[in-house]
Amino acid sequence: MFAYSAGRAFDKAKPTMVFVHGAGLDHSWFALQSRYFAYHGWNVLAFDLPGHGRSGGSPISSVRGMAEWICKEVAAEKFSIVGHSMGSLIALECAARVPARVERIAMIAVAYPMKVGPAFLDAAKADSYDAFDMETIWGHAAQVPLGGNPSPGMWMYGDTQARLERLAPGVLYNDLKACNDYVLEGEIGCPALLILGKRDVMTPPRSAKSIQEKIPDAKTVLVDFSGHSLMAEAPDATLDALIDFFRT
Amino acid sequence: MHAGQSPDPATGSRAVPIYQTTSYVFRDTEHAASLFNMERAGHVYSRISNPTVAVLEERIAALEGGVGAIATASGQAALHLAVATLMGAGDHIVASTALYGGSHNLLGYTLKRFGIETTFVTPRDLAAWKKAIRPNTRLLFGETLGNPGLDVLDIPSVAAIAHEAKVPLLVDATFTTPYLLKPFEHGADLLYHSATKFLGGHGVAIAGVLVDSGRFDWEVSGKFATLTAPYEGFHGMDFEEESGTRAFLLRARREGLRDFGACMAPMTAFQILQGVETLHLRMPRHVESTRKVVSFLSSHSGVQKVIYPELPDHPDHQLAKKLLPLGCGAVFSFEIKGGRPAGKKFIESLRVFSHLANVGDAKSLVIHPATTTHYRMSDEDLKRAGITAGTVRLSIGLEDVQDLIDDLDRALKASQK
Repeated sequence: MFAYSAGRAFDKAKPTMVFVHGAGLDHSWFALQSRYFAYHGWNVLAFDLPGHGRSGGSPISSVRGMAEWICKEVAAEKFSIVGHSMGSLIALECAARVPARVERIAMIAVAYPMKVGPAFLDAAKADSYDAFDMETIWGHAAQVPLGGNPSPGMWMYGDTQARLERLAPGVLYNDLKACNDYVLEGEIGCPALLILGKRDVMTPPRSAKSIQEKIPDAKTVLVDFSGHSLMAEAPDATLDALIDFFRT
Repeated sequence: MHAGQSPDPATGSRAVPIYQTTSYVFRDTEHAASLFNMERAGHVYSRISNPTVAVLEERIAALEGGVGAIATASGQAALHLAVATLMGAGDHIVASTALYGGSHNLLGYTLKRFGIETTFVTPRDLAAWKKAIRPNTRLLFGETLGNPGLDVLDIPSVAAIAHEAKVPLLVDATFTTPYLLKPFEHGADLLYHSATKFLGGHGVAIAGVLVDSGRFDWEVSGKFATLTAPYEGFHGMDFEEESGTRAFLLRARREGLRDFGACMAPMTAFQILQGVETLHLRMPRHVESTRKVVSFLSSHSGVQKVIYPELPDHPDHQLAKKLLPLGCGAVFSFEIKGGRPAGKKFIESLRVFSHLANVGDAKSLVIHPATTTHYRMSDEDLKRAGITAGTVRLSIGLEDVQDLIDDLDRALKASQK
């Protein structure tokens, strides 16, 4: 099991923030945001789910199973969770299952239900490169291939594809199916934040409506020029929304 | 044409603005600290990054299919940045003998002084690549089209050898550009261009760009402490852990540009961007004219031999057909009859071709490698690189091709008198 902590030792006196990545990705998707909190008063654990990034093992086949795994791996009694896409469903599930432990959840690019198109699922099931292309293209706002990466010199499409190419066969399908099949049971009682990209075509803001209804007190931040990959496309807006939420 | 730039949000400028600034105002002290500690993306100081330069970097990364790029002061700076990011004293490189003279100097002489040794191998001798690898080897390196013998690097095979040894393959893709060849699609891990050449195409700016495919897994390799161990020079950062696919470029930018400082100026980036916009129009014309000139020289009585991979007698002809279906570029060599005196007379008789040390210009160029680009090499090294006293290198430009043929014909006749 691997969790990024920005090289900082765990400090019992500090609150703990858990970061959970989306389908087929890894902890480094949160590089900027997780590093910020690690240097600003938090213990940070940015996980690689089993079968992703540096964590070995087979991928877990359900959001519920992933949530159980996270809750087991986090030693701290109480923690907050920041999830992206599939990770936001895991955050929801953790909050519903262990309300006594989860203090706050922030869901970036969330939809509920998170239905995945049959063409995308089929391509992933066949381990076709088309699935990587779909995740890459739909995973970013339409203007992204035309450039302007906030991280100087980086090309977002190329970075996403390189990450996906490192996956073992079947992992992307596993994750997409887990999202597609997920059903939330239980209530969310902790403070919640939704960060949504106005140009997200994978989980457009309207698809978060049922979450907003389930958690009436949830705060929503809409980010103007971002698609699904908010941490890369709008890193400052995403971080500012998180800072604001976790400071209050 | 577009990658890397959305119209300027401040002004609506369609052209890439030239951000002629050394530094960038912080919003507040916390913002400043966050930028320095890599908690926020953005620009701090133009040696590390600059908005105009970043457009070029992202555009070249997109053209090559990489995760990102770093623009440098020259192609040589890009090569040095790649080497310095990956290794240190006690490490070893295996490189092709068919290299630009400057690269040969860097690897064969200068880096040796800093404790990095290089073994040179004939690029088409795959067994030699394999045999030269040592436990301390950290890089395999060659040119997509070797200089000046136009050796075609068997990228898939050399990449396989590199990967078996858990080290990356770096290629100099200057002669081919992403229009003719995309090395990452054939297994290369890193590449660089002397953007001074075809990417710019105008011969007005010295520039380089280093691109990472993001496909080489440094952690799995276990041979690259610079990328996988905590670095005291940056808050104990483990670059691979921090950023995965972006580890190499992160270290190269945060250490290499910071400490060695061979960055690109914003005006240079703008000039190279002007060239890149027409790359897809210029390269077919370069290749078309080159083929006509090669055909002309191949049947000329003053020419002993033409060295171009599209010719059936070139040793890499079959490989070129596989890797370079759109053409083998616009730089090639030929052997003039009469050796050194004939070569001298030939060059001095040319009127349209310019005698200078460059390639990839809109204007046609000529040089005599044995007395210029490769003059520091020993006779033995020259022979290994496929160069003789009569070797002449041409870079075919964008002029009317008949003007070029007439110029060559006149000079060849003069050389044979």
